[in-house]
Amino acid sequence: MKVKLWGVRGSIPTTGPDTEKYGGNTTCASVAYDDHLLVLDGGTGIRRCGGAYPASKRIDILLTHLHLDHIQGLGFFSPLFDPSKEIHIWGPASSSQSLFSRISRYLSPPLFPVLLRDVPCKLELHEVSNSVFDIGPFRIQSSYIIHPGPTVGYRIMRENFVFTFIPDHEPALGSHGMIQNPKWVSGYDLAEGADILLHDAQYTSEEYPMRRGWGHSSIDDAGLFASITSAKHTLFTHHDPSHSDTFLEEMLAAFKLSSDVSVELAMEGFEIDLT
Amino acid sequence: MAAHEIEIILNRQLADCLSIPVFITDTVGNLIFYNEPAEELLGKRFEDTGEMPVEEWSTVFKPLDNDDNPMAPEELPLVKTLSDQYPYHKSFQIVSLKGKKQPISATSYPIISRSGNFVGAVAIFWKQKLK
Repeated sequence: MKVKLWGVRGSIPTTGPDTEKYGGNTTCASVAYDDHLLVLDGGTGIRRCGGAYPASKRIDILLTHLHLDHIQGLGFFSPLFDPSKEIHIWGPASSSQSLFSRISRYLSPPLFPVLLRDVPCKLELHEVSNSVFDIGPFRIQSSYIIHPGPTVGYRIMRENFVFTFIPDHEPALGSHGMIQNPKWVSGYDLAEGADILLHDAQYTSEEYPMRRGWGHSSIDDAGLFASITSAKHTLFTHHDPSHSDTFLEEMLAAFKLSSDVSVELAMEGFEIDLT
Repeated sequence: MAAHEIEIILNRQLADCLSIPVFITDTVGNLIFYNEPAEELLGKRFEDTGEMPVEEWSTVFKPLDNDDNPMAPEELPLVKTLSDQYPYHKSFQIVSLKGKKQPISATSYPIISRSGNFVGAVAIFWKQKLK
């Protein structure tokens, strides 16, 4: 299966010369195998993804949560407006409102001119929680993770390969940080032994205390999570909008001085074939 | 190894911040976490014991009603919560490890996950102010 990253920026699209290398689009990734296509999150990166797989008649969009930086690009995903396409949107169940109702708060006037119910494709919505389900050749596990509002991470499996997608996550929330026992680590089941783990590492350890509870990780906590879960290779993502390419590389270099976790910075356009 | 649901993990993280004794159990009453103030009541350290089966930890306390009569387990808030998944509160006495009677209040509540499932229970002990 081919994994491609279309957006790795957190919070808000950030374009400019300072973010050119790692990219300014907000969260989106794709996982493709033959004509089967999963799109993970609908940040602004999803716009370019929309035209990249014309042969896929069915597309499944898996949303981790509905913060704006993860759905902002949905209305610009061209297959939604193609009547020949079958689009399935999967997202976390809430205890109060349906997924349709919550997505429609964005995809409706005055924020957007087209109602979700009026998009021309064949659209179906699915609510997930702590679930295991199959889409084409993929087996997918979703679990609620620590992040404000209903939020899941996804573990995507095909044959023996595992790609874990947890772009927004604060497993260290608490007075003493992460409890270093797998049974007590949010998201552990999703990431255990993953071939590729894409994980939130928005802040430096110096920035994190002022942003505790916002739902994101410091680079050191992200590294600890990768270590506890024995992920084989980790991509740090959800880059802070205020962090330039240079700053991100300095963050990573400082992290590597004290860790031997196999890790690199997620970069827009990064592609890997897990076969 | 399967991790606990995040609702359980977040309850532990909260308990870790509090200065009052907090006990967290699974759905059948096995003790899966107790915080530092609870360690004083139990006379055991979580680091040493880890999780404790219900048969083991439930015998540590000797609850008495306010007339010094032994209380049946089913009268205790946590046992009631585990039985019907509702919150309870009750004032009673416990006999400390040193044999001293201590008036306390206990509040218990079920942890109902975002999915609507009963995933565990919490008991909080409040020391009553001696009049």
